[in-house]
Amino acid sequence: MPKAKTDAGSGAEPAVVPAQDEDFALHSLQEKLAADRRYTPNKEELLNLYEQMVLIRRFEERAGQLYGLGLIGGFCHLYIGQEAVAVGLQSALDSNRDSVITGYRDHGHMLAYGIDPKVIMAELTGREAGISRGKGGSMHMFSVEHKFYGGHGIVGAQVSLGAGLAFAHKYREDGGVAMAYFGDGAANQGQVYESFNMAALWKLPIIFVIENNGYAMGTAVKRGSAETHFYRRGTAFRIPGMQVDGMDVLEVRKAAEVALEYVRAGNGPVLMELNTYRYRGHSMSDPAKYRSREEVQDVREKRDPIEHVKQDLVALGVDEAALKEIDKRVRAQVAESADFAESSPEPDLSELYTDVLVERY
Amino acid sequence: MAIELKMPALSPTMEEGKLARWLVKEGDEVSSGDILAEIETDKATMEFEAVDEGTVGKILVAEGTEGVKVGTVIAVLAGEGEDASAVSASAPKAEAAPAAEAAPAAARPEAPAPVAKKDPEVPFGTNMKTSTVREALRDAMAEEMRRDPRVFVMGEEVAEYQGAYKVTQGLLEEFGPQRVIDTPITEYGFAGIGTGAAMGGLRPIIEFMTFNFAMQAIDHIINSAAKTNYMSGGQMRCPIVFRGPNGAAARVGAQHSQNYGPWYANVPGLVVIAPYDASDAKGLLKAAIRSEDPVVFLENELVYGRTFELPELDDHVLPIGKARIMREGKDVTIVSYSIGVGLALEAAEQLAGEGIEAEVIDLRTLRPLDKETVLASLAKTNRMVVAEEGFPVCSIASEIIAICMEEGFDNLDAPVVRVCNEDVPLPYAANLEKAALIDTPRIVEAVRKVCYR
Repeated sequence: MPKAKTDAGSGAEPAVVPAQDEDFALHSLQEKLAADRRYTPNKEELLNLYEQMVLIRRFEERAGQLYGLGLIGGFCHLYIGQEAVAVGLQSALDSNRDSVITGYRDHGHMLAYGIDPKVIMAELTGREAGISRGKGGSMHMFSVEHKFYGGHGIVGAQVSLGAGLAFAHKYREDGGVAMAYFGDGAANQGQVYESFNMAALWKLPIIFVIENNGYAMGTAVKRGSAETHFYRRGTAFRIPGMQVDGMDVLEVRKAAEVALEYVRAGNGPVLMELNTYRYRGHSMSDPAKYRSREEVQDVREKRDPIEHVKQDLVALGVDEAALKEIDKRVRAQVAESADFAESSPEPDLSELYTDVLVERY
Repeated sequence: MAIELKMPALSPTMEEGKLARWLVKEGDEVSSGDILAEIETDKATMEFEAVDEGTVGKILVAEGTEGVKVGTVIAVLAGEGEDASAVSASAPKAEAAPAAEAAPAAARPEAPAPVAKKDPEVPFGTNMKTSTVREALRDAMAEEMRRDPRVFVMGEEVAEYQGAYKVTQGLLEEFGPQRVIDTPITEYGFAGIGTGAAMGGLRPIIEFMTFNFAMQAIDHIINSAAKTNYMSGGQMRCPIVFRGPNGAAARVGAQHSQNYGPWYANVPGLVVIAPYDASDAKGLLKAAIRSEDPVVFLENELVYGRTFELPELDDHVLPIGKARIMREGKDVTIVSYSIGVGLALEAAEQLAGEGIEAEVIDLRTLRPLDKETVLASLAKTNRMVVAEEGFPVCSIASEIIAICMEEGFDNLDAPVVRVCNEDVPLPYAANLEKAALIDTPRIVEAVRKVCYR
């Protein structure tokens, strides 16, 4: 029996009385979260989460500027608005053994993993010093050292690949959990369900994270999805689902802990839906005509994840000056990374033919 | 009217089998659906069921008989009102079936394969044994799994079924279900899981039941496996082997018959290997499993059962990216790979009788392609034919011709000619299939043409 089941039973009243034991297992994590939705951080932890989120926001704003100046080319997908998701989830991971994989909207996840903003920005500008030596770009960044496995440009591919990372954890018995992020758009890809099936069949240690930002490029969820409650989509494979407010970093963190406990205990995968919102277009070239200005403004005013943390910090007794200090530090860090990215040389032409294959034949 | 029971064909490529056991004896009453006998093919032991009712008259082929041709009468059944003993007396003797007619048109005789020149990579004086390609592939995987605990095999029917083509036979027993893993029928998904596992530090061997099904998974082979090392600036490797049968089998129709060699060979970041004989199959599969790069390893169902010499070495590993001169000659070069090599060797044998000495090159690796060996041979013979079991357009043959034009033009005494399958989806009808597929006479004819004979 899944451990979480008994835990939930001993907690607060479940919202829905399950008809059957087995069905209950599918809802048990949701109920456990509902009983106690928010992580309780100490002041230092919360300041740290705040700083990471601010870093992502300022970094992405600067990336947008550099794109406008022609310093960043191609596709560039910004994470503004979704910061609480990556920051909250990754703060709960054990960076020594857990692995992370995501799609092409990947800058935020890398920053949340503590990867140097300079090498990320230099990759965006296509420079030798970039984390992929300028050969990957915005969508293709990796840090095997940090167990961050990309950075994948084909919608949904990271879900199967993430199941493969989980397979490797299980094969090696290293206790690690894989976290595979994908969007509400990717959630309609066939390979996602192939991976759900095998992950559940083999009880792979993986958390499937759907970042539901409301739009698959320009297609609103309700226009592209028959089942718009994505956390239910694992039910056919007996994967428990969780629906999480992705604009509240403390709820995200709490949900991650609930899910990790279940997965680490060998129960197999969990599917989390994080309800979030992106303030910018799908990519830099997207005018976002498919939604109203008011809709965006409304989210900014009422649900902004950074403002949310700010309020929590004030409640913990942090004063404005301390927050300003953080903002200042982050701005300096981002400015430094932009300067670095702009002034670093492009790759030498000889790099064209390196790393096609590892070996020589 | 007595009913003749004939040796059945139990797979698309079966030409003969062993009558392992009779489950009925003379005089037994049988009805439709009863199991009459067990028959062993090179892939599996199958049950042979009665279709008609009657009394077993005479059993004409004793149990334990090997090499019983498809179509041979193995027993006679007396129908209602017939005297079983009388039937047996008038029953025909077991006769060799007209194999050439009964066997599928595309099936090539499995033995004897033309004798190829010794591989210079195999040390002089090495003892040789015989082995089928199937056994060689299995042994390659088993040896590498013993050597490296990170190596595992995953695919459809690889474990409990022992492999759809028996290539993984015995691996489950030796290595257990943690390392020999049956998947659901979900190529895209398990190709992605294998690729992710390779990124995560393991050494997967992903078996496709055929590369025709790998089209469902080709995104992971190309976008995920082949490109990641480059896109990550050399940071994230993907040491994985995708393997399975490729190309035409026998009478399986257009969707199960394509050669994907040119598709994969088009993609930088992949290694593509397509061996012909058992020694290359083993030595190159071991090299592929050890490689730090993603490898597409293209086998051929019709070659699985063929027997070749295999060096008796503790660790028979061959270099990737090196072609092999299978037969030396001075008048013309025939370049081929995979099943085409057997046809090229047959053609060379026939041409020798006409006074044309053909050199036969087995490319073995399609990417990276061993241009040097091809161009050196062209410099020697000045004439070339490329023989390829696959579509002609944008083929490996096209690539070889381009290389000869760009880098060997001064050595050409005649245009390079390609001999491929016809440019049509592979038809099912036996005569049409035969007409569509490359064969020895076509290679011989092309050689005569480039030799102006």
